[in-house]
Amino acid sequence: MEPVTDPPDKIALRCSSVHRYLGEGEGRVHVLKGVSFEAHRGQVYAVVGPSGCGKSTLLYLLGLLDRQDGGDIWINGRLMSNSSDAERTAARGINIGFVFQFHFLMQEFTSLENVMMPMRKLGRLTEAAMRERAHELLSAVGMGDKTHRLGTQLSGGEQQRVAIARSLANAPAIILADEPTGNLDQRNSGIVFDFLTQLAKQNGQAVIIVTHNPEIAGRCDAVRSMRDGVFL
Amino acid sequence: MSPNLRIASRFLTAKKRAMLMSLSCIVLGVGLFVVTQATTSGFEQFFIRTILGTNGAIRIEDRIQDTMRSMQAGGQNSNSNFYIALRTEGKKYIEGIEEPKLLVDALRRFENVAGVSEVLHGPVIIRSSFKSESVRAYGINVDDHLRVSDLGSQIIQGHISDFRDKPSGALLGKEMADRLQLTVGDSFILESQGESRRYRVSAIYETGVADIDRVRIYLNMSEARSLLKKPTGASFIQVSLFDKDRAPQDAQHMVAVLQYSAASWQEREKTWLEVFRALRISTAITVSVFTLIAGLAMFNTLAMIVMEKTKEIAILRSMGYTRGDISQIFLWQAAIVLMLGTVTGWVLGAVVTYAISNFPIRIRGIFATDTFIVSWSIWHYVAATATAVIMVMAASLIPARRAARLEPGDVIRGTAQ
Ligand SMILES: Nc1ncnc2c1ncn2[C@@H]1O[C@H](COP(=O)(O)OP(=O)(O)OP(=O)(O)O)[C@@H](O)[C@H]1O
Ligand SMILES: [Mg+2]
Repeated sequence: MEPVTDPPDKIALRCSSVHRYLGEGEGRVHVLKGVSFEAHRGQVYAVVGPSGCGKSTLLYLLGLLDRQDGGDIWINGRLMSNSSDAERTAARGINIGFVFQFHFLMQEFTSLENVMMPMRKLGRLTEAAMRERAHELLSAVGMGDKTHRLGTQLSGGEQQRVAIARSLANAPAIILADEPTGNLDQRNSGIVFDFLTQLAKQNGQAVIIVTHNPEIAGRCDAVRSMRDGVFL
Repeated sequence: MSPNLRIASRFLTAKKRAMLMSLSCIVLGVGLFVVTQATTSGFEQFFIRTILGTNGAIRIEDRIQDTMRSMQAGGQNSNSNFYIALRTEGKKYIEGIEEPKLLVDALRRFENVAGVSEVLHGPVIIRSSFKSESVRAYGINVDDHLRVSDLGSQIIQGHISDFRDKPSGALLGKEMADRLQLTVGDSFILESQGESRRYRVSAIYETGVADIDRVRIYLNMSEARSLLKKPTGASFIQVSLFDKDRAPQDAQHMVAVLQYSAASWQEREKTWLEVFRALRISTAITVSVFTLIAGLAMFNTLAMIVMEKTKEIAILRSMGYTRGDISQIFLWQAAIVLMLGTVTGWVLGAVVTYAISNFPIRIRGIFATDTFIVSWSIWHYVAATATAVIMVMAASLIPARRAARLEPGDVIRGTAQ
């Protein structure tokens, strides 16, 4: 709704002086202390910083899963930080792919069904097309041979890769991944990272990765270091 | 299949045992509801059929006159058989019917009237070789009376044609015949106003209504007139209708047109009908307790699933599933169990109803039956289903809405730490 100052075609996601407090009463903590950030299309960003500095908290806000206590967030040039729940939900379905730090799969469903789930909600593809796309995505993250395994029958790293495939299901403009390679060996980390970079370059998706892995961070287009709730 | 229904059916299997509890309560609730409605309304309808088959849909009895005219009439007819029976504000009733023929013709002109029969009755003493009792003789024109009652099918011994053919024939109620130890073909004596006459038992009937079977003895009209010494007039006129449910309106109409009191079966048997209605409603309420438990069990199960699935709810929300989708997913779970339970409940209800309809039980007094009486009506199933749907879905709304209100951010932080 808000008129956009920056060229909308270049910036996929923007936030300015975002504040977030967590906890109640005595335990109330000022976690994010005015974070500003911009993500351009086709770029891969690394967010690094010590444990507990607020990386996940920021990612939830950028992913419209949580409400900030101050500041603004734009998605595709639209101010979303104060929109209605319905608008934010729609934006999550269409524009944002989220990978949780603790790889969250729907345990009663197979890998394939997990990946198809966002597509089913969006309802843009036929059943067959959804199935095919889910197969492609799972193959790309090296899970092509385990499409019919239930979430409970997969290892941590496997679940994580299915979760990454799922975040890409609706080809979102913005991919937010909270330590997507945390549970992966070097080879699979490489496969997943290369795939995400390839998507960014080919489709112009903006990828933001929180990582503790200096090697991965080093291969990103930009690295933002966070400490104590602010970017350095 | 919609994505929400797909997710709901998968979540359901995660809590099979808890869901089985709600399911069995729904089955019991729906099944027993159907059975109790089938039996209570079965007996109620049988009672109504018995009323219509004995005393008819409408009874025309006393002439109505307003007070002014009735005083004149009373002065003129001081030596007649008719006397002032009752007085209500501005109206009085003169017992009996002076011109039955005119009234019968007028009644036949009502479109809903199926049959009309004039009846004359009076007290008599019946004497068998065994003992004597005081009963009431009912004079009827048998063919007319068969059209306004089920007398024909109430005959349990002998033949109605014997009665029609022989002036000295009589129809005795079963209880009366038993007490006097009379059977078909036996002769007995009726005494009225100092005169005795001999009659023969043509047939024995049983209505099941104690007040009828014990005291009513049917005679041919001409015989009754001479025995009771009432050459003209009638005690009442019995009317049968094509549509029994229109009796109150028709009765009202008859009162207005004929200036005679007309009592519909609903009015005459109000007390009993209300007893049956109360019974039907109270069993429905009692049996609804099962449905209530089904609702509570569903509430409990869904609340448990919501608590267990907060993580999944947050994932779904992160993928673009709306609050509405989330509550739908939980309502679908209730709906699936409800559908399964309801259909099974229908089957249970139908099977038990059928079994009960063959269950022996002997009832006499207000009607006669030797087995349980059930009535088959789609509305019992509809009402049972409606009760279950209301109880279960209302109970599911609360957990479903709680699930929809969960904030994904809070859930993720809560489980991630
Ligand atoms: N509910 C809460 N109440 C109070 N403080 C909280 C709450 N949740 C998180 N915090 C604090 O907020 C800070 C930021 O947490 P966050 O999860 O964003 O860290 P992080 O940078 O993602 O860490 P990690 O690298 O370990 O995942 C932490 O110091 C944490 O203790
Ligand atoms: Mg974190």
